[in-house]
Amino acid sequence: MLTLQCPYCGVMAEETELHAGGEAHLTRYGPGSEDQDFESYLFKRENPKGVHFERWRHVNGCGKWFHAARCTVTLEVFGTYPAQTTEPPQDIKDTITAKRPGWSLRNLT
Amino acid sequence: MSNAVSALQGSTYDGVVRVEEIGLQGMITLRADLGEKPIATALKSVCGTKMPGQRGIESKGDISALWMSPDELMLLCPYDAANDVAAKLTTKLAKTHALVVNVSDARASFRLQGAGLREVIAKLAPVDMAPDQFGIGEVRRTRFAQAAAAFWLTDDETAQIFCFRSVAPYMFNLLSTVSRPGTEVGYF
Ligand SMILES: [Zn+2]
Repeated sequence: MLTLQCPYCGVMAEETELHAGGEAHLTRYGPGSEDQDFESYLFKRENPKGVHFERWRHVNGCGKWFHAARCTVTLEVFGTYPAQTTEPPQDIKDTITAKRPGWSLRNLT
Repeated sequence: MSNAVSALQGSTYDGVVRVEEIGLQGMITLRADLGEKPIATALKSVCGTKMPGQRGIESKGDISALWMSPDELMLLCPYDAANDVAAKLTTKLAKTHALVVNVSDARASFRLQGAGLREVIAKLAPVDMAPDQFGIGEVRRTRFAQAAAAFWLTDDETAQIFCFRSVAPYMFNLLSTVSRPGTEVGYF
């Protein structure tokens, strides 16, 4: 059972209080963008074995969307952080680097 | 005027704990950035309470302010006072980015009373109810089986719960079922 701490209300929420929202930090391409960019935004997702960044909503709770960094192999949670960011905060990246040296995902390292 | 009635009109069940729908309860939702000073000032002047901290409750007389999220408060007051309190807050916050709505008729409220209430709640909600993990005066939004709800303890043997009015019978049946005599676990 996955347990994530909601960065907004501070609750240690187990999975049934949460709703998964897929990969985090996607670049949103809208009207007027190139077809390929729009297609990648709509359909192309990373499916890594290891470090992953995800969106979660504390749906049976404070209702907020937040981000989580975790390992898809061991289910280890590296940390959670607010959604008002386009990339993981440095302290989260440092935590991951300490535990998974050499990790990378898309353009993140 | 129509005659306002609560969802279950005060239904009760006596088991491991006493389950009671508490009837008409004034409830006002306040959406705003709770960190902004004008919000705390308006709350103080209209309700007399301080701004509650994260997941906290502040009470003054018959009004309580419950922290629901960084941008949401739930105010509890007597049912007949809700329109007046909401109107006063709206006036005070006219120049602030804020929303105040009387949601009294959209919710149902319950009280649990009895020594076994921690285990009754633990049977339904994914919350650690150990006394050193969940204390008096903390508001917890969660789910009770399949229904979203919020609850808090007012003392060691009393809890208050609210949920959407549309799931009031479901909530009452849930609470009654897990309180049936003979189902005590005795964990806490
Ligand atoms: Zn939350």
